[in-house]
Amino acid sequence: MLGVIGAPDIDALFSAVPKPALKNFSLDLPAHSPEFLVEAHMRALAGRNHAAGDGPFFVGAGAYRHHIPATVDHLIQRSEWLTAYTPYQPEISQGTLQMLFEFQTQVAKITGMDVANASLYDGSTGTAEAVLMARRLTRKNKIVLSGGLHPHYRDVVKAYLKDDPDLVCLSPSPEGQGDILEQIDGNTAAIVIQTPDFYGHLRDLKSAADAAHAQGALLIVVVTEVVSLGLLEAPGALGADIVVAEGQSIGNALNFGGPYLGLMATRRDFIRQMPGRLCGETVDADGNRGFVLTLSTREQHIRREKATSNICTNSGLCALAFSIHMALLGEAGFTRLARLNHANAIRLADALAGVPGVEVLNKTFFNEMTIRTAQPAAGLVERLARRGILAGVPASRLLPGDPEVENLIILAATELTTEADIAALVAALMEELA
Amino acid sequence: MSMNNQGRPTGVGTAGTIASGSALLPDEPLLFEIGDTEHSGVDLPEVDLAEDRLGGFARKSKLDLAGLTEPEAMRHYVRLSRLNHSIDSGMYPLGSCTMKHNPRLNEKMARLPGFSDIHPLQPVSTVQGALELMNQLSHWLMTLTNTAAVALSPKAGAHGELLGMMAIKAAQEAKGEAHRKIVLVPESAHGTNPATAAFLGYSVKPVPARDDGTVDVEAVKAALSPEVAAIMLTNPNTCGLFEPQVIEIARAVHEAGAFFYCDGANFNAIMGVVRPGDLGIDAMHINLHKTFSTPHGGGGPGAGPVVLSEALAPFAPVPFIKRVQDGLDLVEHVEEQALGRVTAFHGQMGMYVRALTYMLSHGADGLAQAAEDAVLNANYIKARLEHLFSVPFPDYPTMHEALFDDSFLKGTGVSTLDFAKAMIDEGFHPMTMYFPLVVHGAMLVEPTESESKQTLDRFCDVMADLASDAKAGNTERFTAAPMKAPRRRLDETRAARQPVLKWERPDDLPQAAE
Amino acid sequence: MTTKFTPDHEYIRVDGETGIVGITTYAQEQLGDIVFVELPAIGKVLKKGDEAAVVESVKAASEIYAPVSGEVVEVNSLLTSEPGMLNSAPEGEGWIFKLKIADSAEIDSLLDADGYADLTL
Repeated sequence: MLGVIGAPDIDALFSAVPKPALKNFSLDLPAHSPEFLVEAHMRALAGRNHAAGDGPFFVGAGAYRHHIPATVDHLIQRSEWLTAYTPYQPEISQGTLQMLFEFQTQVAKITGMDVANASLYDGSTGTAEAVLMARRLTRKNKIVLSGGLHPHYRDVVKAYLKDDPDLVCLSPSPEGQGDILEQIDGNTAAIVIQTPDFYGHLRDLKSAADAAHAQGALLIVVVTEVVSLGLLEAPGALGADIVVAEGQSIGNALNFGGPYLGLMATRRDFIRQMPGRLCGETVDADGNRGFVLTLSTREQHIRREKATSNICTNSGLCALAFSIHMALLGEAGFTRLARLNHANAIRLADALAGVPGVEVLNKTFFNEMTIRTAQPAAGLVERLARRGILAGVPASRLLPGDPEVENLIILAATELTTEADIAALVAALMEELA
Repeated sequence: MSMNNQGRPTGVGTAGTIASGSALLPDEPLLFEIGDTEHSGVDLPEVDLAEDRLGGFARKSKLDLAGLTEPEAMRHYVRLSRLNHSIDSGMYPLGSCTMKHNPRLNEKMARLPGFSDIHPLQPVSTVQGALELMNQLSHWLMTLTNTAAVALSPKAGAHGELLGMMAIKAAQEAKGEAHRKIVLVPESAHGTNPATAAFLGYSVKPVPARDDGTVDVEAVKAALSPEVAAIMLTNPNTCGLFEPQVIEIARAVHEAGAFFYCDGANFNAIMGVVRPGDLGIDAMHINLHKTFSTPHGGGGPGAGPVVLSEALAPFAPVPFIKRVQDGLDLVEHVEEQALGRVTAFHGQMGMYVRALTYMLSHGADGLAQAAEDAVLNANYIKARLEHLFSVPFPDYPTMHEALFDDSFLKGTGVSTLDFAKAMIDEGFHPMTMYFPLVVHGAMLVEPTESESKQTLDRFCDVMADLASDAKAGNTERFTAAPMKAPRRRLDETRAARQPVLKWERPDDLPQAAE
Repeated sequence: MTTKFTPDHEYIRVDGETGIVGITTYAQEQLGDIVFVELPAIGKVLKKGDEAAVVESVKAASEIYAPVSGEVVEVNSLLTSEPGMLNSAPEGEGWIFKLKIADSAEIDSLLDADGYADLTL
């Protein structure tokens, strides 16, 4: 090959590299390793982690442990799904494109909105993008974040809107309290409300939508547990203008925080300001139905500095997993799954309410709730972990230094939570709090 | 293809594999046209909710979500998958995308419950293995680039660019230089570069390229001023060339009080061979889904960790890993943290597992060999095709990708687009088209190290045949292409003028005005 | 009525104090099928060379600049539902916006039909 190229050696191909920078170092890294040794190394690392399935598990707070049907993981490992690229040549990517069209349809249906995009990185970055989108649409600046918004989501919006005086972040609201409607004025672009919120409370979206619209502002609804949409009213039916959700609960494992799946849906009139890829239906030269990426002139590769966002990649394979799982569930399965979650959460809430030293703060919830404990939460959760029980998230982990939340733990129940899990948690709590 | 421990591919070469013929590829309906709202493919126990705690917020509106049984779902998604080209089916010479083989050990390791079934907010004491993995990955990335710190959390390359530029912006503010509002971006840059800069409130000043396709340090010096916050440079650049004056450019940028952001999308050409830190970069994102073999998945998920110089290290976001007395800790809050966080939780752990598996398998020697093989393969293609195609920048050896423009098609009535569609009929996925924008009708070919000589020869034979045919005036072959793919050319104008972005029941559609 | 042209392929058809602005036949050919037009706001005050509108084809977005200074008094809302009009009748029904011209001297410095034709040879 070097002969055909006309180069004496490989180094000649790197002739543009300044000599002092070319291979002039030794790397403190190991040499290549056979597969079985790599496997042993990785297994050793994995073995040092306590997996959620190893014992009673109640951790939620934005990522949820659900059953994923075996079919899903099997299908996403097919070569043509796993190793395909972004569908820039639509004629040979109709699989991906049709799947994205189906995915967009599913997301629009569960959120009750007109149109959804082909996914974003995750719910938190989606929230930041929704805020910027609302500003572009209303040409106003003030943004108000509810005190029930996931603290990480709030922090991402703060990072994207660095030092912006028009960004108002309300204080954490573990009791489900809130005065967000009073914050809306003529300069408000949008209010952002999460439901179920970070502490599990269910929020009144209709009143919020009405109050926002009365002042020419938009309502952005954030959903971190997408299974809740199987039992709760669709945000679109209650007046939401933009819905952002974390789709991880359907089809995607916990994976220590990523890769996850951002969902975004909005009104038809707002399409041109929505970031992310969009898949649309069309026909080919023979008149056959087909699908293509469309409205691309919003995006970075065309608009460059005038793009709606800098986004390039979406969450393709995670969207596929979501879509397959959702197709397997269908309406009958999705609503049943949601009912199961809520039923188990009721069992959990009632069991916890019977533990001396534990107070359940929620009157309303879907599958997640907040308790106040007689002892500081962080230490308690740590001691329970040593007993093999992952008892939820101490709120102080995401809100350090806030004395109001020091004794709060956020717990989730899903369809995987058993009576035995709940009994084990209750018994352990009683011992620790005695 | 077997990745033996010499790292050189030894397969017999893959012919074009895009299937055609309707017997194997019947038209597949939409899932909503197959399923209905009563069926489900998941067995779940029924539960009667005698009472609820929903506060009156229970769903009243219809869902109208079609469900498929398991056999129906299998058929639907297997049949749809066969309409896709993929790396596993054949060569995918997309410039700038690095479509290398995705090793399956990556997938096996990512699915170990100790990695896939752990929650980001479990007590840190219960996930020490995960933190150790992130630590090891960080070590690999910093060592390969010779940098001081790495932010693992960005979810994609563009997200990494955003983070890197946020760090630069914070660093300028900390120095009292917040008035610097300009970012220099070469005209050949990927669209995410100016989009990112504009996102952060910078105005973008283009830097022209020389006739040889590289950036002139004198042009950079002329553009630098006390108003410039940073330059965003891709190296190797989007024309597939290593920037020969990159060290002088870095020096000039630093002397002017600005920072050097490097777009690391093309790191595959130089990993283990050149360390970007030695060139003077301050921040560089690395696309794990390009350089480090995590799968493309039809468009994502990606992962875009950002390595940082000493100057920018203090401006890394949370979270990051810290060694403490009895193990590793995850630092999630810092009092005067300049940046905060750019994503919920900790980043793309699923991709870290895959990337580290790949790095351990290859080792430092294997990674360097992969880079050299990628460069060798791209130069081979250029050498075999340059007498038939037009090479806009012939002065330097190409790096891992070869750039052609459409001058050789002048007068043939065949455009770059037509040429690409004809490649589909020959069983090859087209190269990247119309990028970079600095040449007309660009064709950017990146074979990666994964292709054997036999495959490259077959590819070059087909490309040469197409070029000759175009020049001979056989336009029909090109303008009517593709003829053998599951679909002919699609009407993108119609898709944009009359957007149909979801399925609707025929009786729900408004009456079409004819 | 005189029609003048800019080197950026805009035309302005001057009728007294008003100018009708659009893009030339050559321009629409270069752009390909137009899918969307972002019209200026009525009442917007433009200086010569300001970005006035954006025209999108499938693969590209192009800015339309004000050929002379003035105030936007009317926009062609037909283009919202039928962007293809810009391709079929760019110099007729596919006009983009109408300007109340601020300084008629600016018109004199634009290209006439022959001068523009030379450009697009």
